[in-house]
Amino acid sequence: MEPTNTANPAYFHKVVDCQWACPAHTPVPEYIRLIGQGRYSDAYMINWVSNVFPGVLGRTCDRPCEPACRRGRVEENNAEKPEPVAICRLKRVAADMKDDVKARMPSISPNNGKRIVCVGAGPASLTVARDLAPLGYEVTVFDGEAKAGGFIRSQIPRFRLPESVVDEETGYILDLGVKFKSGQRVDSMRALLEQGYDAVFVGSGAPRGRDLDVPGRKEAAANIHIGIDWLASVSFGHITSVKERVIVLGGGNTAMDCCRSARRMGGKEVKVIVRSGFEEMKASPWEKEDAQHEGIPILNFHVPKTFEHDNGKLTGMTFEIVRAVYDAKGKRTLVPTGEPDVLVPCDEVLVAVGQENAFPWIERDCGIEFDKWGLPVLGEGTFQSTLHNVFFGGDAAYGPKNIITAVAHGHEAAVSIDRLLTGEDVSRRPVPMTNLMSQKMGIHEWIYRNAVSNDVRFKVPWTKAETALANIKIEVELGFDAATAFKEASRCLNCDVQTVFNRATCIECDACVDICPMDCITFTGNGDESELRTRLKAPSTNPTQDLYVSDELKTGRVMVKDEDMCLHCGLCAERCPTGAWDMQKFLLNTTQAGARCRDAHFPVAHDSAAEAV
Amino acid sequence: MTYIAKPKMHHPTLQTNKVGYTRRDYEGRISTLCAGCGHDSISAAVIQACWELDIEPHRVAKLSGIGCSSKTTDYFLGASHGFNTVHGRMPSVLTGANLANRELLYLGVSGDGDSASIGLGQFANAMRRGVRMAYIVENNGVYGLTKGQFSATADRGAKNKKGAINNDNPIDLVGIALQLGATYVARSFSGDKAQLIPLIKGAMSHGGAAVIDVISPCVTFNNHGGSTKSYDYIRQHNEAVSRIDFISPSSEITTEYAPGAVVDVPQHDGSILRLRKLHADYDPTDRDAAMSYMHARAARGEVVTGLLYLDPLATDLHTSLNTCEQPLNTMGAQLLCPGSEALNKINDALR
Ligand SMILES: Cc1cc2nc3c(=O)[nH]c(=O)nc-3n(C[C@H](O)[C@H](O)[C@H](O)COP(=O)(O)OP(=O)(O)OC[C@H]3O[C@@H](n4cnc5c(N)ncnc54)[C@H](O)[C@@H]3O)c2cc1C
Ligand SMILES: Cc1ncc(C[n+]2csc(CCOP(=O)(O)OP(=O)(O)O)c2C)c(N)n1
Ligand code: SF4
Ligand code: SF4
Ligand code: SF4
Ligand SMILES: [Mg+2]
Repeated sequence: MEPTNTANPAYFHKVVDCQWACPAHTPVPEYIRLIGQGRYSDAYMINWVSNVFPGVLGRTCDRPCEPACRRGRVEENNAEKPEPVAICRLKRVAADMKDDVKARMPSISPNNGKRIVCVGAGPASLTVARDLAPLGYEVTVFDGEAKAGGFIRSQIPRFRLPESVVDEETGYILDLGVKFKSGQRVDSMRALLEQGYDAVFVGSGAPRGRDLDVPGRKEAAANIHIGIDWLASVSFGHITSVKERVIVLGGGNTAMDCCRSARRMGGKEVKVIVRSGFEEMKASPWEKEDAQHEGIPILNFHVPKTFEHDNGKLTGMTFEIVRAVYDAKGKRTLVPTGEPDVLVPCDEVLVAVGQENAFPWIERDCGIEFDKWGLPVLGEGTFQSTLHNVFFGGDAAYGPKNIITAVAHGHEAAVSIDRLLTGEDVSRRPVPMTNLMSQKMGIHEWIYRNAVSNDVRFKVPWTKAETALANIKIEVELGFDAATAFKEASRCLNCDVQTVFNRATCIECDACVDICPMDCITFTGNGDESELRTRLKAPSTNPTQDLYVSDELKTGRVMVKDEDMCLHCGLCAERCPTGAWDMQKFLLNTTQAGARCRDAHFPVAHDSAAEAV
Repeated sequence: MTYIAKPKMHHPTLQTNKVGYTRRDYEGRISTLCAGCGHDSISAAVIQACWELDIEPHRVAKLSGIGCSSKTTDYFLGASHGFNTVHGRMPSVLTGANLANRELLYLGVSGDGDSASIGLGQFANAMRRGVRMAYIVENNGVYGLTKGQFSATADRGAKNKKGAINNDNPIDLVGIALQLGATYVARSFSGDKAQLIPLIKGAMSHGGAAVIDVISPCVTFNNHGGSTKSYDYIRQHNEAVSRIDFISPSSEITTEYAPGAVVDVPQHDGSILRLRKLHADYDPTDRDAAMSYMHARAARGEVVTGLLYLDPLATDLHTSLNTCEQPLNTMGAQLLCPGSEALNKINDALR
């Protein structure tokens, strides 16, 4: 193998599994350490800069970082049930325990004469507004609803996300001098364009819930609701009760929010019924667990056939029973088992079988192209539409995803807008800002706490079930207390504190090989990656994790470190007589809109490295 | 010296051996030696060897003298029996322990100062008596623990860290062991575990006195340009005469070699040491030939490593003294101390 190029920011970034997996690339271990030190406001601000809604996300994030977290891997065969660090819930600790952070909010530069408009006040638009308003742009945000937040406010039920948190975090952004035009839907893109804004950002989400067209749908319509419309009505207080027997159709997170809401609004027998198998359901595992925990059964492999009614009064639904059959390519089809259809009696049905994009307000001849799925055609990574000053982000860009993805899109779109309006090429992207700093303080002292905790993941305390089910506004999860947060934070392995190898000073004494608790390090002859992986001290079981390979050493061998299981404990560096190993903290912040994203700040030779990130 | 405890976590694929332990179970306390000390590598090799041999840790007694090398018994086999003797006296304490209980596996760990300077007489007598043990000398040419004075194995002409030259002739422990009748004699290098681990396994399965002289650089006091026991010097002058594969009694022999390229030597416990010759003219079963070969090579400045001599039919001190098989600690006070009447009888018989 070629020696590893650690100057490429992507290399060490990838070692920080959580940050790499996070769409917004939040520097997770950096803020987890601060939580461990009780510096909640500092931890909050790191999050705020990167993901804009720490309090919201600390309760609701889809948390792609957690399945990626190294802790889950290293606990394999070391703990009863291997689990990642509770990254998301630690974020909430920072949000809940911080002091007043208003004074830390960015100051606003003098107006630069450029006007931006955002359609929709969801997380994508609000991110664009937050990034651009402090730079002196005049940002106007339209939303058809009375308050800002988009689906964060209208869809996510209050028992998962108290409204006060939404108020606080949307407030920080609106307070940056953003002009919020509430209760004003934009009905025509053409008309909007005529108002002469310098750039338009479309963050209107994916607002249309799919319907289920089977016999009886029209006749029984009074007691059948589209899930996301129903949730919004619940959120805004237009709907306050449901009948006793409720069927929720669908297996995604919307279905989980529907059934748990129904349970709190008078539903006694609430069931989730889904076409697929339990395992293939789209909902996150924890959402399914939470629903089941509240006594809601999930019936799988049931395909809806009819709505049964008595003169328009819904009485139940019939389902065909299927099973999953996989072809040689692993493609699934659902085939009827031949068992008789099942009738499930009910009084009300919530249809949560998916969401779609819809842009009825964008005239198709105003220069914005859409693809065959009805989604805008966008420049990769720039979010620029075929009309050069119109950008899309969030669910409006690539269909329904989640909050953190909407935020990540918002940041990139803001960079695009900033570059466009300062006369620079939108397709050239800024490199991330990185910093590598030795953690050595003394012969045996390190700046970071490198003892590895043996604790298993701590559970977040819950409100008692009877209390929680009695009122839809009572938050179910309570958040860690400070002592538990400290212990959970200590489970983080500090994957950003990198093991950095210096070939020139290595004397090949084997000290690091002998001490490494995870057998990460091998000195051996070089070879192709796949072949080299067969000759490591511990079997290489995860080819998605890189090998760190040195140049040839004095004996003709190379140093190979399998990054997969490294605990970042620092023992290799501690035991190295010559300091050939050092523990260096790698901090990566994505470059946001502003002076740093402009050409003048581009490192001349590192363009290719930037592309690799 | 390291202050962080070694994490308990291990690689998820870490295997258990036939007696149900992982390699990590054979570790001891975290080493307090200087970072990069060759002795730590030897400890790692001992750990690996004992794991591979499926030894139950409580069946091992590890004994040592004084020195950085002798401290290492604390850093491996934390669940075994141990004894740190006074300086240079490990062989006699081990001999006593062995006579009292022949059921344990004896591992003697010592340094060049401990064995060639203050303890030379002890070393020599253990060899000549054939005390059954694996005797590992961690040889760095200096007294590491007392800050790097030349030891008795330092080569003539070698320089210390400050540049002073050693004018005394070196003691060659391998030569002495060969001469005094040790039945398993090897030399190795802490930086070559592929060679060292099978040698330790062979020694621990050997039926008599087994000695391995392991060159083990002292990074702090003897790893500089003028040293003949530095990492660089040994790597440049190491001349391996053979590679051995240790084949346990139950394992199947699968690899085939061209005739003449290998010698299979069965040991008393059924294990086989397979020697792959790297020097065609070297015969490790001929004591005299081995000695003269070594001298010739040493004169050319080569450090000959590998299994240098092996008598597979070794006997030990118990055989020559015709002692009882049963460990003394299982006999009961009555048998061990039959009382003054029995003593009188013996005394009478001698009058
Ligand atoms: C029930 C449910 C639960 C969810 N739970 C989670 C969760 O727990 N975690 C998570 O990460 N994600 C969750 N999501 C997904 C998440 O809410 C969305 O992915 C995210 O809010 C998308 O953000 P956005 O900024 O693209 O648009 P949205 O949040 O959808 O906001 C769009 C806004 O634009 C407004 N708008 C639309 N058209 C116009 C127009 N023409 N003029 C003016 N305003 C307009 C809308 O009123 C809306 O306020 C959930 C979604 C649903 C449906
Ligand atoms: C009776 C006695 N004499 C002298 C000493 C001082 N002393 C301690 S260690 C040592 C030398 C150890 O050298 P070596 O066996 O080579 O071990 P190393 O530290 O080099 O591994 C000496 C002389 C002592 N502890 N006891
Ligand atoms: S252990 Fe910590 S730094 Fe490593 S992936 Fe998990 S949360 Fe991130
Ligand atoms: S930090 Fe070093 S010693 Fe610790 S697990 Fe990683 S490679 Fe091994
Ligand atoms: S002084 Fe030398 S022998 Fe002793 S621990 Fe340090 S390096 Fe090893
Ligand atoms: Mg010594």
